[in-house]
Amino acid sequence: MWDFIGERGDLIAFNALQHANLVLQAVLVATLVAVALAVLVNRFRVLDPIANTISAIGLTIPSFALVGLLLPLTMIGATTAFICVAFYATLPILRNAVVGFAQVDETLIESARGMGMSEASVLLRVRLPLAWPVIHAGVRTSVQMSMGIAAIAAYVLGPGLGGYIFTGLSQAGGVNAVNYALVGTVGIVIVAVIADLLMLLLGRVTISKGIRA
Amino acid sequence: MTQTESSPGSSPEGAISGAELRLENVVKRYPGQKAAAVESLSLTIPAGEIVAFVGPSGCGKTTSLKMINRLIEPTSGTIRLDGEDIRSESATSLRRKIGYVIQGGSLFPHMTVATNVAVVPKMLGWDSKRIATRVDELLDLVGLDPDRYRDRYPRELSGGQQQRVGVARGLAADPPVLLMDEPFGAVDPITRQRLQDELISIQRELRKTIVCVTHDIDEAIKLGDRILILQEGAKIAQYDTPDTILAAPANDFVADFVGAGSSLKQLSLTRVRSLDLGQPTTAHVGEDTGPVVRRAEEAGDDSVVVLDDRDRPVAWPWLRQVRHNDRVQSTPRELLVTLDQAATLNDALDTMLTSAHSKVIVTGDRDRYLGVVDFESVTEHMRRTERDAAQQMQDAGGHEAVDADG
Ligand SMILES: Nc1ncnc2c1ncn2[C@@H]1O[C@H](COP(=O)(O)OP(=O)(O)OP(=O)(O)O)[C@@H](O)[C@H]1O
Ligand SMILES: [Mg+2]
Repeated sequence: MWDFIGERGDLIAFNALQHANLVLQAVLVATLVAVALAVLVNRFRVLDPIANTISAIGLTIPSFALVGLLLPLTMIGATTAFICVAFYATLPILRNAVVGFAQVDETLIESARGMGMSEASVLLRVRLPLAWPVIHAGVRTSVQMSMGIAAIAAYVLGPGLGGYIFTGLSQAGGVNAVNYALVGTVGIVIVAVIADLLMLLLGRVTISKGIRA
Repeated sequence: MTQTESSPGSSPEGAISGAELRLENVVKRYPGQKAAAVESLSLTIPAGEIVAFVGPSGCGKTTSLKMINRLIEPTSGTIRLDGEDIRSESATSLRRKIGYVIQGGSLFPHMTVATNVAVVPKMLGWDSKRIATRVDELLDLVGLDPDRYRDRYPRELSGGQQQRVGVARGLAADPPVLLMDEPFGAVDPITRQRLQDELISIQRELRKTIVCVTHDIDEAIKLGDRILILQEGAKIAQYDTPDTILAAPANDFVADFVGAGSSLKQLSLTRVRSLDLGQPTTAHVGEDTGPVVRRAEEAGDDSVVVLDDRDRPVAWPWLRQVRHNDRVQSTPRELLVTLDQAATLNDALDTMLTSAHSKVIVTGDRDRYLGVVDFESVTEHMRRTERDAAQQMQDAGGHEAVDADG
């Protein structure tokens, strides 16, 4: 086992970084998209049930099915992996962002308007910071979930640690099968734990002390 | 409509910094409702006065108020600020010169006290040094020590302190007009009375045009230079000074609303400053107690009013407590309950009931010490007014009653 890791150390580290990188980029884009969608939902309340349905149903689509649907459109490669991860990553953030925005006390918004804030300022200086703890929690969930999804993305030859798991599965019974599967799985868990710690740190830095739990 | 640059500290007392507000046939009809929330309101609010809007729940007070800063657009009619139609500029730039204070202060919980107060100055593009100075000045004005409170978050403040910051925030860019919607509705009676006193004291210095919505007639009588009593649909039942409304209610609605017992209401009309204040022994923090004790004994006082370096009362120890120490001690200023000179006799009696001294310390601008009022002087004043009123009744015969009905 240690020999196995020793021989491939650099490659494993590289793949771990690739894995983290894929998740980071996908979650970043997902956050922007989800928050933008939530702003729309908050403005036009009729969209509320639609957004809820999408985030509920979306999560039930098996990721392999989505990969299958995407393949004819985007071909095998990193793009497909990215789209797939970003799609799932958006859903928990969207749900939390909608809830987070709805929880903001309307009298605060009215007070902000009454003081002469423009609609953009109301959003950026009041609504977003107040909803941020809830949105941040959604992002954190999303990061964890995306770690697993990114492994499946390896199936479409995206980057990351998922490749080891699939190699392990395809060589079942072979000499290194268990090693491959273990390195892939444990590697993902380690990356996920580190990512979660970083997310906690991000929360510390970005959530105002005045509203921190 | 210029932004006055003067700070409250430097503006000469009595100079009006407010602007006139005029409502002309203002109507508000909410979609899908038969009756108009505001039927047709016409009203002039003179520059530099506090006008209190009172009336039963749902009569249209809040709607009328929010039309002034365009949070609600009137269905028809015109509102003028300093003679100019408020629609002649954008809603946001209008609102930056109209302070807005609502119940509980409505502070942004994710911003510190200083950031909350600085919201409007920042939007107006003030530089950070000017903003910092202004924030400290305002916190001081509303009776909060800047060094202690500027970096706190709203949840680290009491309800009354939050409300004070709310008022400071409303005044931040020195707007000519301040709109307040039930500003003191969410705090306990003692705190409310203190906040009212402070507002009156601040207004004495600043002379803004203030519109204050309340459903408490006593608050209206106390705060208002004029009171606007509204009926369903924001119909004006009476618009006049508190004295006139109490002495001559325009109709049964007003009479009912103001309530019976108008000689008791005199208690809420008379200000503490119209009494003769007692002058017990005072001392400054840090003074040697020896001479202080001697002064008190000579004057026959059993307690000493302790003032800080700005002549604000900070403690009120008994003489025997003073004797314990070599130097005069202070306590945090917030712990001492005092009355502003504009407080009513009603407030004075309330406060005395909870005071160990059965007297109350009276303060003027910026909490400066003025003197002490005791129970006897209040009752003496009451007896005198009652005697005077009886005398007048006799002199005037039945005329008064006829006039009031007409
Ligand atoms: N956004 C709205 N849509 C429809 N009707 C409204 C709206 N806001 C207020 N109203 C109605 O307009 C009338 C006046 O309301 P307003 O809030 O001005 O009353 P108020 O005098 O401030 O009452 P309160 O003392 O309870 O605060 C009420 O009948 C109320 O139901
Ligand atoms: Mg109201």
